[in-house]
Amino acid sequence: MTHFDAADAAVEAALAAGATYADARVMHRRYESMSARNGDVEDLTQRESAGIGVRALVGGSWGFFGVPDLDDAVARRAGARAAEIAAASATVPNRRGGPGLIPAEPEVGSWASECRIDPLSVPLSEKGDLLTSATAEMRKQGADIAVGSYDIWDTRKWFVSSEGHRIDQHVRECGGAITSTVIGDGETQVRSYPSRRGQFGTRGWELVEETDLGAHAARIAEEARALTRAPQCPAGETTVIIGGEQLALQIHESVGHAIELDRILGWEAAYAGTSWLDLSRLGSLRFGSELMNIVIDPTYPGALGSFGWDDEGTRAHKRDAVRNGVWTGVLAGRESAAVAGLDYGGSVRADGWARLPMVRMTNVGLEPGPHTLEEMIAATDDGIYMDMNRSWSIDDRRLNFQFGCQIAYEIKNGRLGRMLKNPTYTGIGPRFWASMDMLSSDIVAWGTPNCGKGQPGQTGHTGHPSAPARFTNVRVGVRG
Amino acid sequence: MSDQTELELAARVLELARASAGPSADVDVSVNRVALALTRFANSYIHQNVADTTTEVQLRIHSEGRTASASSTLVGADALGEMVERTVAAAKASPADPGWPGLIGPAPVLPSHDVDEAIVDASPADRASRVRDYIEAVGDLTAAGYFRTRYWSSAYANSAGQAVSGACTEAALDAIAKTASLSDGVARQASRRIADIDCAVHGARAAAKARAWDGAVEIEPGAYEVVLEPTAVADVLYCLGNFGFNGKLVNEHQSFLEFGSQQMDGSVTLVDDAVSAVAAGLPFDTEGTPRRRLVLVENGVSRDAAYDRRSAVEAGVAANGYAAAESAVFGMSPGNIRLEPAAGPAPTEVDGPASNSSVLELVARVGRGLLVTDHFYTRCLDPRRVLMTGLTRNGTWLIENGEIVRPVKNMRFTQSYSESLGPGNVLGIGSDAIATPYNYGANSATAPGLHLAAWNFTGGASG
Repeated sequence: MTHFDAADAAVEAALAAGATYADARVMHRRYESMSARNGDVEDLTQRESAGIGVRALVGGSWGFFGVPDLDDAVARRAGARAAEIAAASATVPNRRGGPGLIPAEPEVGSWASECRIDPLSVPLSEKGDLLTSATAEMRKQGADIAVGSYDIWDTRKWFVSSEGHRIDQHVRECGGAITSTVIGDGETQVRSYPSRRGQFGTRGWELVEETDLGAHAARIAEEARALTRAPQCPAGETTVIIGGEQLALQIHESVGHAIELDRILGWEAAYAGTSWLDLSRLGSLRFGSELMNIVIDPTYPGALGSFGWDDEGTRAHKRDAVRNGVWTGVLAGRESAAVAGLDYGGSVRADGWARLPMVRMTNVGLEPGPHTLEEMIAATDDGIYMDMNRSWSIDDRRLNFQFGCQIAYEIKNGRLGRMLKNPTYTGIGPRFWASMDMLSSDIVAWGTPNCGKGQPGQTGHTGHPSAPARFTNVRVGVRG
Repeated sequence: MSDQTELELAARVLELARASAGPSADVDVSVNRVALALTRFANSYIHQNVADTTTEVQLRIHSEGRTASASSTLVGADALGEMVERTVAAAKASPADPGWPGLIGPAPVLPSHDVDEAIVDASPADRASRVRDYIEAVGDLTAAGYFRTRYWSSAYANSAGQAVSGACTEAALDAIAKTASLSDGVARQASRRIADIDCAVHGARAAAKARAWDGAVEIEPGAYEVVLEPTAVADVLYCLGNFGFNGKLVNEHQSFLEFGSQQMDGSVTLVDDAVSAVAAGLPFDTEGTPRRRLVLVENGVSRDAAYDRRSAVEAGVAANGYAAAESAVFGMSPGNIRLEPAAGPAPTEVDGPASNSSVLELVARVGRGLLVTDHFYTRCLDPRRVLMTGLTRNGTWLIENGEIVRPVKNMRFTQSYSESLGPGNVLGIGSDAIATPYNYGANSATAPGLHLAAWNFTGGASG
């Protein structure tokens, strides 16, 4: 019995049990991670998970059931169970009627992410040596706690729907990071490379090799130590240049989540929250300055949010989210699009076979600007340059944010000056983006492997093309 | 896995692994079977309704100074055999592990609580019925949230002779009611027993809060005296657990804890108690270490932290039952933390935004301050002080002269949680502790209301 056969059986059973639509995803994922601390490996984990998740629509209401078994009889029971759950949902129905799905042509095909070096085939000893040597070097250079880690996901999916979809995909993702922590007087200071959690993509081990963790170990240890002696980031309002890694998270939190259509429709109201965006103003609402061009692009090669089709069978396609500062697009699925009166989906994803596909970010990022980081610094008389995320928080409508960065430098008369510690900046999303007056052309597609959403909780993998940018009149230096 | 119990499955995998890794290897196996069902609603209808039943086997092998661990949801004979062989091979190929703490020997665990059969047997229709009760109780407001049930059966066996099993059940409601002008109120409760959660009562309470928050105005940020509702106190407890009482961070000197020191107000006693807690918990961890009631802070004096076996060896103390799937990397977190309530009469329903008479008594002692229902998106700026930033949510009100005088808009705070409970800073603790669910896993925090001398609000709704 093939995985497609199991998915077919589940869909057939759901339809036989009364569903008007059903789809099923078989997923098989292998995961490996290693973590080293102060020169020794502290954890090596290998996980394998496989099962089938079935979605059924009964009377305009949904049910989902997941089971870790691919036997024909089990798959059929899962399909029937999904329909039974949907029937229960229908006893507390949407009084405005079932939303249905926007029309879609049945897609048939295969897709695999680019992968030059299979990360699971790289010897554990080689991967371990990379982490132990880098953390030993950081420790030698002054880190109190030196940590290195990598994560690898190898996911195969087989998707079938009652409309005729038949898709298989193979996605390989990996990434790694090193972090130095120094314990100061009643404080900790942290420096990471290449980002807070690492650089991740839908790529093979070549991504980790290109990152070259060991070459940056000594520097970040020294910087973490130097931060304990650095002056505090001053409090006040100033011009801020934000590095590309931090701006990627800014995009994720204040743009990506805000344009999720399920949030806009109130489906996440009790937990993740809603959005400040009003659908009636799609196409006219000013989100930011003219420099702000944000695209939704799951076709971006090698970025962490890339795929061939989303988890309800919509082919990956590129779409504007913000064009010249005006809000023009959302992250949607076939159901949410039907409710909103839109004609596109493509952003529905699930964290494993046991979880319901829901609206998620794919790759949401900036198009390049006309400047360089050096030009931005040279054009700033008085300001602060900060980068590398340390903390992040934003309100339930995705307006009021506060971010902390690992490191900052004052800018005086067009030159970088003293190192500053504990930099934070805070603001209101559209006001902040409206103040962006310079943007670098140096785009990097940063990967975020830890996006939490949904109940039960799901962890999403998203990509965020980003570059350094300058913002004016930003409040900085908030401290507790 | 047919009728095989979790303990039988663990024993089978242990046997396979010992046969492959050899008699000198340390081997342990943990088996978890979780049946989770969650009925989610928004805009006053059920929009996501899910269930899954998953059995996962976790295997750890330490051989010739090297360690590897693996887990799988594939529990057929072939798949388990492959997992064992992969893990043996991984242990041989992995770098040396000089910090291996060894395995626990035979040690009894406290008996599990009775499993609530009403949770085990709860059907989709049962959950939908409870959701309907909540939605009807909020009346003309909009309802959103979830009702979930979870049955968790677990077993652990190792090559040193430890073999234990246990089970627990959890039911939880987490929901809001929202007015047309978008003010909202929240209701949140977790329990081992489904009958403890009255969704109609919670719906009425959330609706009352939402109506009372309508017309909120913005006020100046600054330091305010606060009364935190149990829903907000739960966040304080979770964060103290993650960053303060985390044995790994204690070892690394990233925690504020100094054992034996009066670091909190004398009125504060914090315990973690998976065994007798109101909400779900198992009597042992993923290393088979039995769990007991753990006193973290006693009358303000810091007493203990959460350790797995590795961090316990590093600290020179005994492991106390906090190993979890990712604890080797992220450390250990008390999963059933509780702030002991003050003595007092059983609470009664009250009019207005306070959740009950216990909270209202705290409000009556405030000169000028804020009643805060809930926290949102709290994140750590520095673990050393448990310095957190986040926002208020689901209802905040200005208190003057012991009276709730007006609703105020959400505010951002940047506040050291450990210092907020420091000596002299706790002005009152409520008499009614409520267990609230955690979004990830079956953990909970049990908290009464809390009256604090100062909370540092660093921004208003408009920035």
